[in-house]
Amino acid sequence: MAQTILAVDDSASMRQMVSFTLRRAGYEVVEAVDGVEALDYARANTVDLVLTDVNMPKMDGITLVRELRQLNPYKFIPMLVLTTEAGPEKKLQGKQAGATGWLVKPFNPEKLLATIAKVL
Amino acid sequence: MTLDPAMEEILKVFFEESTECLSAMESGLLTLGTGADCETINTIFRAAHSIKGGAGTLGLMEVSHFTHAVETLLDQMRTGERAVSADAVQILLRAVDVIREMMDAALARQSIPTPAAAAVTAELELLLDERIPRAPAAASQPPPVPSVAPTLRCGWRIEFRPHESLFKTCNDPLRMFAQLAKIGDLTSTPHLHALPRFGQFDPSLCYVSWSLILHGAADKAQIEEVFDWVDANSVIEIEPLESPDATTLEASTAPCATATAPPPCAPTSPRVGVESGSIRVGTEKVDALINLVGELVITQSMLSRFIDHCDPNDLEALRRGLILLSRNTRDLQESVLKIRMLPISFSFNRFPRLVHELSRKLGKKVELKLNGEHTELDKTVLEKIADPLVHLARNALDHGLETPQQRVAAGKSETGTLELTAYHEGGSIIIEVKDDGAGIDKAKVLAKARARGLVEQDANLSDDQIHNLIFLPGFSTAEKVSDVSGRGVGMDVVRRNINDIGGHVQIASAESRGTCIRIRLPLTLAILEGQMLRVGQEIYVVSLVSIIETVQPSREQISSIVGQVDLLRHRGDFLPIIRLHELFDVAHERASLTGGLLVVVEADGQRAALLVDELLAQQQVVIKSLDTNFKHVRGLAGATIHGDGTVALIIDVPGVIRTFVCKQAERVGRAA
Repeated sequence: MAQTILAVDDSASMRQMVSFTLRRAGYEVVEAVDGVEALDYARANTVDLVLTDVNMPKMDGITLVRELRQLNPYKFIPMLVLTTEAGPEKKLQGKQAGATGWLVKPFNPEKLLATIAKVL
Repeated sequence: MTLDPAMEEILKVFFEESTECLSAMESGLLTLGTGADCETINTIFRAAHSIKGGAGTLGLMEVSHFTHAVETLLDQMRTGERAVSADAVQILLRAVDVIREMMDAALARQSIPTPAAAAVTAELELLLDERIPRAPAAASQPPPVPSVAPTLRCGWRIEFRPHESLFKTCNDPLRMFAQLAKIGDLTSTPHLHALPRFGQFDPSLCYVSWSLILHGAADKAQIEEVFDWVDANSVIEIEPLESPDATTLEASTAPCATATAPPPCAPTSPRVGVESGSIRVGTEKVDALINLVGELVITQSMLSRFIDHCDPNDLEALRRGLILLSRNTRDLQESVLKIRMLPISFSFNRFPRLVHELSRKLGKKVELKLNGEHTELDKTVLEKIADPLVHLARNALDHGLETPQQRVAAGKSETGTLELTAYHEGGSIIIEVKDDGAGIDKAKVLAKARARGLVEQDANLSDDQIHNLIFLPGFSTAEKVSDVSGRGVGMDVVRRNINDIGGHVQIASAESRGTCIRIRLPLTLAILEGQMLRVGQEIYVVSLVSIIETVQPSREQISSIVGQVDLLRHRGDFLPIIRLHELFDVAHERASLTGGLLVVVEADGQRAALLVDELLAQQQVVIKSLDTNFKHVRGLAGATIHGDGTVALIIDVPGVIRTFVCKQAERVGRAA
């Protein structure tokens, strides 16, 4: 069965781009527009990987990762944050919240797939 | 980069989305002017951030780079490093314009760099440098890591002592080793001395550390990248294996190591694209449609069941089915029309910016009030009304509102008010542009109109007629032509544009109290509230909003003048009588005007009376374009189809009046 990835981003074009790339590579993709929606989905379903933007309305990506790590089924699920802030403090925040790693925007489809392949 | 169709689609979505982001930035920035609030700055920042991220990912590097500086500035404001100053807001507003231009250029596949961009970038950088010395704007991409100790033939020794919480972020050493094995020849030695007894063993913790030897041409950066996500509490030591010729290798390979990331692909492929208008529709509207179609299917099965078990005694079932069908159809029609409906805020949104800039330029203090922004109207109407509205608002600011000094002298508050209001009234939308300025100076308007020969020197005009003079072509009262408004090509164009979409303009003004311009617009251009008229055997439709009243004139009300023009004396005016049967060359019943039915219509401020044989029902008609199905016919706005399949032509009232005037002129010309 194809692995499922939860893609969280408030920008529709980024979601489309991510989903399109991942689906073509054979993954199942579930989209969410912010942390709240993602968390709601995650509480009811399980996924194999979470890919989230950092800056989002309602709930940001760092908080989302922290919240997800509290959920039992998500203790050992890889979670990647998409970030444009290549600065060390954002990465550190992500790590402390429990993110597996990050992907620095802008990225191209190949980079996205390579990064996902690192953890799946 | 060859763009496949799916990428094109994504780009399109991105453009639509950025338009929204840009409006969000703009309106946010404008409220910032009145006092900083954290959430607003955050919203603006997020919008800029989205644009930058999306643009970068989609290969619009110029946009991404430019937005980076904007984002940096906003970030400093957000974190409180920098105060929100009027200057900064001004620059950011201009940056928004630049981004918009860049997006437009990218959408049209033109080359992106604009001179304005360079200027604004320079200003942004200046501002950024002022306080906090920082990296140049191009830092949006991670700078290529300079390889201090690059390629060594023989390899590396890696000591990896992960923190015991390594697994908790789901970083699996096995995967890292697999990656290392891809870039070189890997041997690993695990150190198990920290393993606890089985009883105390916690499977979620990492107790093992490793010594790794990697042989091969990998450089240090590549190895560091593998361990990039391992947190700071773990220990990673990467050391080169001793090699006799290490130094020479280092020297020879160092320059190549800096050539990293491939250049970003620019969207260069020329494309002949026809821009297809698209609408973003709320899901609930689509759901409503799906729901209705479901209902329709049920009704259909109900009716076909009736046919299968046709029982002449049970006509009630058929009647019920048909009632249901007509209700479904009506609901469906309404829902489909709703999809084209957009809130007028799409058009109102540009006004805060406009008023902000104009009032600065004119040195006036203006408060803008927007009411009824959620009023929805057809997308086409909305697009066509945008420019006239801007023009009216400019006029109000330029000619209507006074300077603070003048206002104080007139006993008013220093700040003027410009109010834009939209609401429903009957089957129409009303938009009002209202200011509390000086009002229309009647004496000045009249003098100007006389000087231009637009009215007779001795004509006696009512206030209303004088106000309406400003809609005449070639009329402008501005004492000097400013770059804001006042080239005299304004109000007549405004009125024509509004008439073209079936709307009306009214003006009310009180000296020193202000002016209110009221625009009545049809809800949609697809459906018309029509009055059916019969002329001989033909049925015509006239838009209900253009009908003033219908009269049966007495003999005294009709006067004929030479050149065969008949006039109807009506409420103190003389209106030309247009015989529709003559104009359209069809048979008719009634020859005499007295006792005939005259429909008084108005368009472009001109009134006329149409002679018809009979008034039929009033009903909503669906407009079918003649231009696309046949060709443009003067005097006709389109056609519609009746329940019995016959076609009725829709009369274009302004067109009919113009055609009549032309024919009249021809006739007079021939007679002379």
